[in-house]
Amino acid sequence: MTTTTPLDTYLTDFADAARDYHTARAGRDPEWIADIRAEALESFRELGLPIARRGNEEYKYTDIRPLVRQGFSPLQIIDRDSDVAAPNVDLDQLRIGPSEWHRVVILDGRFVPELSTSDGLPNDVIFGSLAQAVHSENDTVRAHLTRLADHKEQGFTALNTALAADGALILLPRMTAVEQPIQIVYMTSPQSRGMAVMPRTLVIAEEDSSAAIVETHISMEHNPHFSHLTNAVTEIVVGAGANIAYCKIQQESETTYNVSTTQVEVNENATFRSMAIDIGGRLTRNNLSVSMAGEGSNSDVRGAYVITRDQHVDNQVIVDHVVGHNDMNEIYKGILDGRARSVFHGSIIVRPNAAKVNAMQVDKNLLLSNDAEADTKPAFWIYCDDVRCGHGAACGNLDQDAMFYLRSRGIEEEEARMMLIRAFVSEIVDAIEEPSIHDHVAILIAAKLDNL
Amino acid sequence: MTTVDETIQEAAPESNQELKSIARQDYKYGFVTEIETDTVPPGLTEDTVRLISSKKNEPEWMLEWRLKAFRHWETLLDKEQLPDWAHIKHPPINFQDIIYYSAPKPKEQLSSLDEVDPEVLSTFEKLGIPLEEQKRLAGVAVDAVFDSVSVATTFKEKLAELGIIFSSFSEAIHDHPDLVRKYLGSVVPYTDNFYAALNAAVFSDGSFCYIPKGVRCPMELTTYFRINTENSGQFERTLIVADESSYVSYLEGCSAPIRDTNQLHAAVVELVAMDDAEIKYSTIQNWYPGDEQGNGGIYNFVTKRGKCLGARSRISWTQVETGSAITWKYPSVLLQGDDSIGEFYSVALVKGRQQADTGSKMTHIGKRTKSTIIAKGVSAGEAENTYRGLVRVNPGADDAWNFTQCDSLLIGDKCGAHTTPYVEVKNKSAHLEHEAFTSRVSEDQLFYCNSRGISVEKAHSMIINGFCEEVFRKLPFEFAVEATRLLELNLEGTVG
Repeated sequence: MTTTTPLDTYLTDFADAARDYHTARAGRDPEWIADIRAEALESFRELGLPIARRGNEEYKYTDIRPLVRQGFSPLQIIDRDSDVAAPNVDLDQLRIGPSEWHRVVILDGRFVPELSTSDGLPNDVIFGSLAQAVHSENDTVRAHLTRLADHKEQGFTALNTALAADGALILLPRMTAVEQPIQIVYMTSPQSRGMAVMPRTLVIAEEDSSAAIVETHISMEHNPHFSHLTNAVTEIVVGAGANIAYCKIQQESETTYNVSTTQVEVNENATFRSMAIDIGGRLTRNNLSVSMAGEGSNSDVRGAYVITRDQHVDNQVIVDHVVGHNDMNEIYKGILDGRARSVFHGSIIVRPNAAKVNAMQVDKNLLLSNDAEADTKPAFWIYCDDVRCGHGAACGNLDQDAMFYLRSRGIEEEEARMMLIRAFVSEIVDAIEEPSIHDHVAILIAAKLDNL
Repeated sequence: MTTVDETIQEAAPESNQELKSIARQDYKYGFVTEIETDTVPPGLTEDTVRLISSKKNEPEWMLEWRLKAFRHWETLLDKEQLPDWAHIKHPPINFQDIIYYSAPKPKEQLSSLDEVDPEVLSTFEKLGIPLEEQKRLAGVAVDAVFDSVSVATTFKEKLAELGIIFSSFSEAIHDHPDLVRKYLGSVVPYTDNFYAALNAAVFSDGSFCYIPKGVRCPMELTTYFRINTENSGQFERTLIVADESSYVSYLEGCSAPIRDTNQLHAAVVELVAMDDAEIKYSTIQNWYPGDEQGNGGIYNFVTKRGKCLGARSRISWTQVETGSAITWKYPSVLLQGDDSIGEFYSVALVKGRQQADTGSKMTHIGKRTKSTIIAKGVSAGEAENTYRGLVRVNPGADDAWNFTQCDSLLIGDKCGAHTTPYVEVKNKSAHLEHEAFTSRVSEDQLFYCNSRGISVEKAHSMIINGFCEEVFRKLPFEFAVEATRLLELNLEGTVG
C-alpha cells in the first residue's frame, strides 16, 4: 500500500462502512443479530482503535498507527446469500494441513462449501458457516454469540462484531469425541488487497465432548504490494468436563496485519490446551483471554513465534482465575532474527476467594540479531493468599557451553547452531498431543527456520 | 495433609483474637513535637518558590533552576500529567493545601549541636537517634532533617579531614556551589516526572555528600528525616557524588507523627559514581502508615536514581519499606560506565490499608554491565503490594547480564500481591533471567514449627524473616538488627 490515511479519519471511515453494512443487511438478518451489530457500532464510535501512545499500557510495545494509516477498507459482503462461483484454489499447494482433516474454508470472509469438508464427523456435530447457523435461528448460537467477546470494552472486537459477515461454527454436543482435527481456514485471495477482513468463530464444546481444533490464517498471495488487515474474533466455550485443544496458526504473508482476539471460558473439570504459532504476518497481535470459570479445570497455554525481517508479534495472554482449584501452565518461546520484534504480555489474575490456584508462566526469547528486540512483561495480579503462582522470563543468545559441546563432538558450527535453535522451540511444538497437528506445525516451523 | 490443615485451623481462632489486638498497636514514632516553627502559609505559587529560596539565602542560579522546575511542574499540572499508572488509589491531591516550608525556630546558622533546640534534639532521641550519643560513640555521622531544614550534622569536622563533604543541602549550595551546580539534576532532571519537578521547585533541604578520589569513607553516613508540622509536605533532596575509587555507605531513616490527614513526601535522591567508585545506599522507611481504616499516613512519592558514570563503578540500593500509606518508589541505576554494576535489594511490607507500588529500573548502557534485583513483598490485612520493575538492555550494551527475583508472600485472604516486571532487550548478547513466585506461608513449614512447640505467630515471624533474610544481609549491621525488629513489630497482629 502506498497511500496513507490520516489518523483522524479512520474512525469515521470504519464506522461509516459498518453503518452502511448494517443498513444494507436490514431485514435480511434476524433482529437480535442486527441489534447486536448496531450496539457494537455505537461502542466502536466511542472506543475507536487503541492508537494512543500515552498511557496505553496494553499497546505499550505495539504501535498500531501504521496499521490504521494503511487505510484498509472493510470488506462488506452484502450478498453473501447469493451463490458465488467457486474460486479456483489448490489447497494442497498452500500447505494448510493434511487432507484428512475436517475443514471449513472461509475465503475473503465468505464460506466456501466447495473447499470445505465435514465427512465422517459424528452426525450431531455442527461444523460450518456461522452465518448460516445465525440464519437458521440456532438457539445455542444465539445464547453464546458475543457472550464472551466484549464489544463494549475493546475497539477491535466492536469493529469485528459490527462488520463480521461470516465465519465458522463448531458445536460439539455432549459426550461427542471427534477423532480427526477440525480445521478452520481463514484464507485471503489477491482480491482482498487493501481490505479489512473480519472473521468470526464460535466454538461450543458441550459437557464431556472433546476435539482438536486448528485455526489457520493464510494468504494466497505473497508479494510486497499485497497487504490486508485481518481482525478476527473467536469465542470458545469449553463445557464441563470437555477437552479442547486449540491451535492457531498465523501463516499469512509477511506484509499483512492481523489482530486476533480469542476469548475462552473453561468450565469445571474441563481441559483447555492452546497453542499459538506465529510465523507469518507483518504485524500480528494475539489477544488471548482465558477465563477459568470452573473448579477443577486445567489450562495449558503455549505459543511459539519465529520471526525475521520486519515482523512484529505481540502476544497478550490474560488468564483470569475467577474461581479456585484449578491449574494453569503457560509458556511462550520466540526466535527473533533480522529487525523482528516480539512482545509478550502475560497476566495471571487470581480473584478474591479463588483459592488453590497453581499457575506458572514463562516467556523465553532467543535473539539472533542485534537489530531484533524482545519486550516481555509477565505479570501477576493476585488477590487471594492460598495460591502458588510463579513466573519466569529469560532472554539471550545461544548457550555457548552447549555450542562448545556440540563442536567438540565434531558438529559443524552452522549445524550445531540449528540444532540448538530447533531444540529451543521444540519444547513448545512437542507439547502438541495430536500427531497430525504436531507434524504439520513442525514442518511449518522447520521451513521458517531454514528461511532465517 | 489433612492433619496439617487441621492444626492450622485449630491454631487460628485463638491467635486471630490475639493478633487483632496487636494489629491496633500504636505507631510508636507518632508523637508530635511542640516547638515554635517558622512556617509559610499553605499553597504554591511562583512567590512560594521565591520565598523558600530567599529564606534559604540562595544564590540566583539556584532560584532560576527552581523557577524553571516550577514552570515545568505547572504545565504538567495543567495537562494533568500526574503519574497514574501505578497500582495505587488515593483521592486527588490538592497541591494548594500543602505547607511547603516549615522550620524550627530560631532558624539561625547552627555551628554546633548546642545551638539546636533541645525539643528537637529530644525528638530525635525518642526516635532512637541520639545525636549526642552518636557523635561520641556510634561512629555514625548523622544529618537530621526536621520538617524542611537540616538541624544538625554530626562528625562534620572529622570527615572534612579526609576531604569528605557531608553537609545539609542548603550549606552545600553556599559552600560548594560548583559541585552542586555540576551534579544537581544530572541524574534526576526536573523534567523527569511530576513529583521530581515539584521537588526541584520547592525542595527545602536534604543532604549533600562528596567523597574525593581514592577515599574510603570510614563511617556510615546517615540522614534521618522527620515530618512534624501538620499539613506540611517534605521535599528533601539528596545528592551523593563518589569520585574515582572512593567508597561510601549511606543510610536513611524516616518517621512522622500520627495525623489523620495525609501528608506528602516527595523526595529526590541522586547518586553519581565515577570510575571504580562504590555507593551503597540503604533506607529504612517507616513513615506513619495511617490507621487501620486507612485514615492519614504519608504519601511517599519518591524518585531515587543512581548513575554509574564511571567504568567499574557500583551502586547498590537496599530498602526496607514498612511505613507510609502509599509508597511510590523505584530506586534505579543507569549503568553507563563499562563493567559497572547495579543492585537493588528490597523488602516491602504492607498491612492495614497500606499500598505500595515499588521496584527498580536497571538501564544497561555500557558494555558488560551487570544488575541484580531481589525484591521481597509481604502483604497482610487489606493491603496492596505491587512490584514494578524494568530491565532495559540498550543496543550498545554488549554482554549485559541481569538476574531478577521478586517473590511475594500473602498473609490473609483480603490482601493483594502483584508483580509487573518489564524486560526490554535490544542486544542479542544480553543474558537476562527473571523469576518470581507468589504464595502464602507454607503450611508444611508452619506445621513443622508448631510441632516443635513454636506458636503460629512466632512461626510466621520466623518464616517471614527467613524470606527477607537475603535482603537484610545486605544492610549494614546496625540497620539489619533494626530492620528485623521493625518487621517483627509490623507483623504483630497480622498473622493468623
